[in-house]
Amino acid sequence: MLRVSLSARRVRHDYQGIVAVAPVTVPYVRYSIRTAHWFLARALAELLRVAGIDKASVDGLCVSSFTLAPDTAIGLTQHLGVAPRWLDHIPLGGACGVVALRRAARAVQSGDADIVACLAGDTNHVDSFRLTLSNFSSFARDAVYPYGAGGPNASFAFLTSNYMREYEVARADFGKLCVAQRENALRFEHALFKKPLTLAEYLDARLIADPLRLFDCVMPCAGADAFLVMSAERARSLGLDGVRVLSTIERHNGFADDPIQVRGGWALDRDDLYDQAGVGPADIDFLQVYDDYPVISLMQIEDLGFCEKGAGARFVRANTFDWNGSFPLNTSGGQLSAGQAGAAGGYLGVVEAMRQLTGVAGARQVSAAAVGMVSGFGMINYDRGLASAAAILAAD
Amino acid sequence: MDSAISIEAGGVARGDVGGASVLLRLAAELVSGQIRVVDLTQTLAPEFPQISLPPEMGQCWPFRIEEVSRYDERGPAWYWNNFSCGEHTGTHFDAPIHWVSGRDLPRNATDTIPPEDLIGPACVIDCTAESAADADFLLSRSFIERWESVHGRIPARAWVLMRTDWSKRTDPVAYQNYDETGQHTPGPDAEAVRFLVEERQVIGFGSESIGTDAGQAQYQRPPFPCHYYMHGAGRYGLQCLANLDQLPPTGAILICPPLKIRNGSGSPLRVLALVPA
Amino acid sequence: MVREFARPRRKNPVLRTRLPNLPPGGRSRVALGLTAAAALGRFELQRCRDCQAVQYPPVEACSRCLSVRLRWELQSGDGLLIAQTELAHSNDLFFRERLPWRLGMVRLDCGPTVVVHLHGDCLPAPARVRVDARLDRSGQAVLFALPDTETANMADDPQLREFTCDPRFRKVLVTDGRSPLGQALVEHLVKAGADLVWVGQAEPWKQFPGLDALRAMPQVSIVPLDLTDSSSVRELAAEIGGRVDIVVNNAEVHRTHGIGDRQGIETARLEMDVNYFGLLRLAQAFGPALRARAADGPTGAVAWVNLLSIYALSNYPPHGTFSASKAAALSLSQCLRAEMRSAGVRVVNLFPGPMDDEWNQTVVPPKVSPAVLARALITALKSGVEDVFPGDVAQEWLERWRDNPKALERELAG
Ligand SMILES: [Zn+2]
Repeated sequence: MLRVSLSARRVRHDYQGIVAVAPVTVPYVRYSIRTAHWFLARALAELLRVAGIDKASVDGLCVSSFTLAPDTAIGLTQHLGVAPRWLDHIPLGGACGVVALRRAARAVQSGDADIVACLAGDTNHVDSFRLTLSNFSSFARDAVYPYGAGGPNASFAFLTSNYMREYEVARADFGKLCVAQRENALRFEHALFKKPLTLAEYLDARLIADPLRLFDCVMPCAGADAFLVMSAERARSLGLDGVRVLSTIERHNGFADDPIQVRGGWALDRDDLYDQAGVGPADIDFLQVYDDYPVISLMQIEDLGFCEKGAGARFVRANTFDWNGSFPLNTSGGQLSAGQAGAAGGYLGVVEAMRQLTGVAGARQVSAAAVGMVSGFGMINYDRGLASAAAILAAD
Repeated sequence: MDSAISIEAGGVARGDVGGASVLLRLAAELVSGQIRVVDLTQTLAPEFPQISLPPEMGQCWPFRIEEVSRYDERGPAWYWNNFSCGEHTGTHFDAPIHWVSGRDLPRNATDTIPPEDLIGPACVIDCTAESAADADFLLSRSFIERWESVHGRIPARAWVLMRTDWSKRTDPVAYQNYDETGQHTPGPDAEAVRFLVEERQVIGFGSESIGTDAGQAQYQRPPFPCHYYMHGAGRYGLQCLANLDQLPPTGAILICPPLKIRNGSGSPLRVLALVPA
Repeated sequence: MVREFARPRRKNPVLRTRLPNLPPGGRSRVALGLTAAAALGRFELQRCRDCQAVQYPPVEACSRCLSVRLRWELQSGDGLLIAQTELAHSNDLFFRERLPWRLGMVRLDCGPTVVVHLHGDCLPAPARVRVDARLDRSGQAVLFALPDTETANMADDPQLREFTCDPRFRKVLVTDGRSPLGQALVEHLVKAGADLVWVGQAEPWKQFPGLDALRAMPQVSIVPLDLTDSSSVRELAAEIGGRVDIVVNNAEVHRTHGIGDRQGIETARLEMDVNYFGLLRLAQAFGPALRARAADGPTGAVAWVNLLSIYALSNYPPHGTFSASKAAALSLSQCLRAEMRSAGVRVVNLFPGPMDDEWNQTVVPPKVSPAVLARALITALKSGVEDVFPGDVAQEWLERWRDNPKALERELAG
């Protein structure tokens, strides 16, 4: 019913003339004694270097970070010595990359900013993950953390076990995705995991929270990812290859009445996503999903229309997912094999899609990649991820 | 003549015997050991048995002690305690005002008692065997008269101490000696008390158990005769005494000043006896 | 199936005694409503008074209609277990020491989906379960899912035992064996499987009925303990303090006076000396060792019980000074609870209405019998509640007090 009312609304403006350029990564490290500010500063400096612009030309700034506290984007302007006329702080975790892209695109399109630097990054001290978990949200503090303090592992164990039972998914199905992503990661210089993963290793790994085992869980780390959003004209004048934004969606707290999460907000908005882009699932050359746990990858594959709900396992068995497979997925290894640098995990898919579409993905380059999709998912506020977002991008 | 009477005859007040001051002689004999000082006091401690009345009545406090500091953060270089207790806790003195029969007498409270009443000769009546045989043993007039027949007549203004060796009962249960009918401890009967008060003019009566009266004295006529007659006549009581076995039947001098509590009915005190070695 | 809890082996004395860790205790203020109810053994969730939606996690406004008229209401807890997991890893010290740890997600029949600690006898999802709110060692409420039908050794689930204070195989100090209540407590603690019950006797020369029966129980050891005497309390603590797992402070002085019908303060002072200062002395002497032994194996130190009175909530003028002493004790027990919380030792307060004892001789029934009160305490220990209001009078007073404390004050004034 909700879908009907959504599809009946007026047509949205397109993102004509806007491009994202200069995907950069501040190399991930397992632990760092630096602060988030250090990683975000490195990311901005790298953007300026790659784009060949000076700091003053950046008049828009968009920031995502879990470990910036007590600062937010506004405090960061003083740290970085920038004076943007458009500023945003997006605390959406795994959805922050897509959301930053769509908001920055609108800012440039409307003329509120000319060049927006989108930054996401976090540090990872030895104890910062636990501290982030214990104060992640008031619901988590009241109703999740006191239950074993397992963090997202426990929450995703529920979702995974329910999903497996409900839709007859085997651990080997998840394992197939993880093994393929590791294969991709071996071809991505910034990935933290440097050794191949076999299905047997995946299946027999140390138990974390039944049914989740070690390789179902991301490894928290420190690092940053960033990109610039500007007009296509400006990009051309700077000699930068950009990607176009064909369409985007975001949705928060969709399907609140589901007893347990088996789908995300994408399922509410995917028709809108494809309609605006003028393409269908078959036209997508690769998919970058938010993969904090493989069950979420499967959920996105279904909810974004690549197969029917509940057909994920069959889809997995029918396809291959490495960079040159039948369905290239998370071609930089995803967070499961590259590492989860806090909020940068929400940018990982965006910068990888940009690299693929501009042909700089090197040894993992998807051949003839023209249209790609990035999907984001974030914020286990209580029992489910609240934020969902997706974008379809195309080579310029 | 026995020694109690000879001291009486010697007359402390005269102050001069054979050319030397009695007090100087006393001092000399204390130093030389010819006179021994016997402590008749029980140690004040929380576990020392306390008189116990029916629970709906007012209760006398047991001895309680709380440390104020002990060379610590509460007082770095000194150790001291606060203690609390009733006027009738431990080895203690009963003033006439303690009992209703003595309430209107002059100089009847701890602060007004004539100080000369607080030092005097002691006659010790040994009831040890009788008390061991019968915890409810009552000291009778005839028992006293038998004692006098051996040790001489009790002089006026003397303390009469009833020795029972009750103080040797270090187990509180045995000391209190309660059963479901109450306490069972020895004491004087009414006739004996009247005899001591009226015919011997004693200054006071002392016991080793809790109370100058017997444990079952509420059933005597009048109830608690020792309290009733002694205090009614302006005489005193001493209770929970110890070491009476170290005193001679006669010849000891008792020193028993209570604390000078305004209008006090009694007080815990240190009771000393001077005894010829 | 959960196995019957077996007597733990004797402790290896050369091994270090573990220090207690607590589960995460941070909560928003609104979530403390769950704790407030769980402290009484009740499972309550907020219900919207406008749209009737039941809320969870606790919220400031109805997540359906935005009304702020939310009221905590009793819930049955019936629901469907829709997913479960067993943690093999945790970021928290308390849980790390207790892995693996079972958790579940339950769709309550009343609406919300809740994350729960999961009893070992719950069948795999989907399965019917019964959710209850329990206090964890941090003193905060959490939800616990139990099988919907009783199983053989339900109380012995190792996870559930982390939330309860079962006297079985534990060593208990009952501070007064003289009163009929004290004797009933001892009897029920022994019946509940206590290994050893030390029973305090304040005035050893006073014979009392029931003493021989106490002595006849092999688990019982009569010890001298006078709460008005600091040295007596300290001496006993020195002797047995390092072995006591549960302190039951039932010693009390109860006299039936107000202000005007009794001259002086001696009786009131005695009440304070036992009911208030006695608790203070006991807590100073026994508290530290109890805290230190809170993680001493599966039968380590676990609880402190205070006999208060329903009169602690609001003064009952015919027993006015007694009421005041119990109010003081209640206040001190809150301090004790705060201090014991750092070790996870639960402070349980009993608030009986008039007991059927000599000091309530002229109070008309209903009165709580010692046996009923003792049973209520055992139940409280086994279920892990903090505040117990046994008996009809206590329940009625509690209800009146929660409804309008000022009104209760006036009602009690006669
Ligand atoms: Zn509502």
